[in-house]
Amino acid sequence: MQRNLVAMAAAIAALFATAGSTLAAGEPVIGLITKTETNPFFVKMKEGAAAEAKAKGAKLLSGAGKADGDNAGQVTAMENMIAAGAKTILITPSDSKAIIPAIKKAQEKGVMIIALDSPTDPEDATDALFATDNYQAGVLIGEYAKAALGGKPAKIVTLDLFPGHPVGAQRHNGFLKGFGLQSNDKKNNELAKPAEVVCSADSYGDRAKGQTAMENCLQKAPDVNLVYTINEPAAAGAYNALKKAGKEKNVIIVSVDGGCEGVENVGKGVIAATSQQYPLKMASMGVAAGVDYAKTGKKVSGYTDTGVALIAAKPVPGVESMDVKKGASLCWGKK
Amino acid sequence: MDTLKDKLPPISQLGPFIALLIACIFFALTTDRFFSAENLSLILQQVMVVGVIAIGQTLIILTAGIDLSCGMVMALGSIVMTKFAADFGLPTVLAVLCGIAVTALFGFINGLLVTTIKLPPFIVTLGTFNVAFAITQLYSQAQTVTEVPDAMTWLGNTFALGGGAVSYGVVLMLILYLIVWLWLRETGAGRHVYAVGNNPEATRLVGIPTERVLLGVYVLAGFFYGVASLLSVARTGVGDPNAGQTENLDAITAVVLGGTSLFGGRGVILGSLAGAVVVGVLRNGLTLMGVSSVYQVLVTGILVILAVSVDQLSRKSAR
Amino acid sequence: MSTVPLVMEAKGLVKRFGQVTALDGADFELRPGEILAVIGDNGAGKSSLIKCLSGASIPNEGQIWLDGKEIHFKNPMDARRAGIETVYQDLAVAPAMTIAENLFLGREVRRSGFLGQFLGALDKKKMLEESVARMAELKVGIRSMTQAVETLSGGQRQCVAVGRAAAFAQHVVIMDEPTAALGVKEGNMVLELIRRVRDRGLPVVLISHNMPHVFEVADRIHVARLGKRAAILNPKKISMSDTVAVMTGALPPDKLPPESLAH
Repeated sequence: MQRNLVAMAAAIAALFATAGSTLAAGEPVIGLITKTETNPFFVKMKEGAAAEAKAKGAKLLSGAGKADGDNAGQVTAMENMIAAGAKTILITPSDSKAIIPAIKKAQEKGVMIIALDSPTDPEDATDALFATDNYQAGVLIGEYAKAALGGKPAKIVTLDLFPGHPVGAQRHNGFLKGFGLQSNDKKNNELAKPAEVVCSADSYGDRAKGQTAMENCLQKAPDVNLVYTINEPAAAGAYNALKKAGKEKNVIIVSVDGGCEGVENVGKGVIAATSQQYPLKMASMGVAAGVDYAKTGKKVSGYTDTGVALIAAKPVPGVESMDVKKGASLCWGKK
Repeated sequence: MDTLKDKLPPISQLGPFIALLIACIFFALTTDRFFSAENLSLILQQVMVVGVIAIGQTLIILTAGIDLSCGMVMALGSIVMTKFAADFGLPTVLAVLCGIAVTALFGFINGLLVTTIKLPPFIVTLGTFNVAFAITQLYSQAQTVTEVPDAMTWLGNTFALGGGAVSYGVVLMLILYLIVWLWLRETGAGRHVYAVGNNPEATRLVGIPTERVLLGVYVLAGFFYGVASLLSVARTGVGDPNAGQTENLDAITAVVLGGTSLFGGRGVILGSLAGAVVVGVLRNGLTLMGVSSVYQVLVTGILVILAVSVDQLSRKSAR
Repeated sequence: MSTVPLVMEAKGLVKRFGQVTALDGADFELRPGEILAVIGDNGAGKSSLIKCLSGASIPNEGQIWLDGKEIHFKNPMDARRAGIETVYQDLAVAPAMTIAENLFLGREVRRSGFLGQFLGALDKKKMLEESVARMAELKVGIRSMTQAVETLSGGQRQCVAVGRAAAFAQHVVIMDEPTAALGVKEGNMVLELIRRVRDRGLPVVLISHNMPHVFEVADRIHVARLGKRAAILNPKKISMSDTVAVMTGALPPDKLPPESLAH
């Protein structure tokens, strides 16, 4: 009996020793927390992170909230990952303010926090931000639209996200700036409304609501010739509304995102041009930074633009764009 | 001697129609495009999905229950019907029936949990809300189904009526409301729904099969969510796995605004139609006025509080 | 012993709930055209007795006869079908629905013809007319049968519940504490109604704690004690305080003068 106990104790001690040494010897542990599990944007992010982690010999833990806005789920995931040894957390914050206390706690433990895709509020609460420049995304489609309209007086409808969201404001204001109209700057969360904007409505980034918003704006401004949309589902809804009114041929729709469904819609002529963003790049850059931190102790900081590119089926003079084929090869979502 | 006050329906039932009238008059005066046949028929098209979901929700709320899963179940139904047609090549009618069968099944599950395990409807439907959402996302792989047969979107087609364009789906919605209204008013089964909501103990004592009535109501609601799935596909032309996320609360809002009491046993189904239309009118009118959608949310919230307060006060004064 | 044919009779009823014996060989007799009050302290077994008679409970042992035929009720609906109506303590009405609707609750009348047979359409006009007629028969003074029950006073609601039972009962009406929670005036109104029910030829079984009311309407008093029937008393020949004493056991029934007992 006593011999068995001693043997068991020795085995347990050995187990702890090897476990400890695995951790110490170890691969850097990096956590990725997205807003939801299922949105193809985040699925692509996870893919990019996993590939980079494998290439660099790091261990990737992933988690998410249950739905857009589930801050508590993200906080729990963060705590669990840090307990499991993560020294870097990559996060797309569901709630840009509510996540800050959890971030501060993590940073006090020496964990590096990098925001992906959406900033926290304030932006410098995280060590770094790898995101699309959503303002630039708007500017690109604004420039395209201006050239595509070819000098005709613009009657613009904007289908926005919902009031107060920074990404919605940046894309909207960037679009107007790119078009050459009076607009607000990057930091301003208010939607600019120059006279050329004949109607604005909120789509909540949703296809059916985008359709309703476009229908209502068509009632107000039947002679619209340009529609800016916050993302591609809203654009698809807007197209539906225009088609029902028989107006789809006379109206240019521009959008942002570069998801595979959206790029397909550019190919179909539903969307004239869209700004493509790169979630895969955000995630892989984040993993690389995490590995760097684990190896050298050097943190990354500040805002890094992960790039945005214009995709259009019909290029216009003076505005650089990618064709649909290239866009489809780089898109996120199911191909 | 019956006074005029006794002859009129109570204020909680008239309320939504009065609110609708006031809103319409207001927008007709402040914008020049609101009061046209084209615009008004457009609003009806915009509310037809929530309108039909609200039929099912009204029945459940009449029994003092609530269904938080309605929007998600509708989305699942639309994914099932579009994918069955696209992936398996099922003829439209069969695919649609499959979609409705799935939504009715969810209704059955909700009803079974409420009647046999006696769990509160709030909790049960919170659970099925999550399950329906997950199944929808997994089955569709978060992808919109775009290959939809024309026959399936037929209800979205419109015909001209007095300057406006009315979709067949709107006609279907109105017919369904009429049928359910008559059923609730004129049949024993319909009156039993009210009785079960008003005093389930009493219905058990007088021999009404209370548990069967409740189960039937949930299954029937599931059927209506299936019809709403079809209307959703008809309107957008696709099977959208992200549809229905706000329809949960939108449907409950329509029912509450329509004067149906959350405590059960009281309410008129036509009120829910008015409630749904009021929300559509607000959204349309405020967009025409160029006012931010935040105000739409604010006004809707105020109306809901008013509606619930009126219901409470009128019940208190009846005692 | 009784030579009058009994409307309802029970012998040797036993009802156990686990370790507790609620009825321990209880007997019961109900004569035609009478108001029989059933009284007893808490735990005396009167609710259990009533539940067996109304079909809400199935006795473990014993027999029950209705109009001379032995019956075995499995649920309250069986009892109702046999012509026994019960007025429950909490009335079993749907307050938001009208008096007419409540009268016919669970027994709605359908229209004749296709609409009624296949679609289940109700004959509301007929139900309303019937309601008006039945309540008028019982001289219940409520203005309109289309009022919601919740707009009525407590006493009026009780009258609706009693009227419903009387309208549909064929053999027996059982009432559980009908005057509890009523004021003096309303209580008397209900007692009047109970008398009219009896006068129409329906025997009434009345459970009550209210001794003055019992003594006002009852023809005989059944005293339940310790799961049995302790005695049947004649309210005209015994005092209220003696009755209470028999109920509590302070006064054993064999000490009573014979005319106090009702046979």
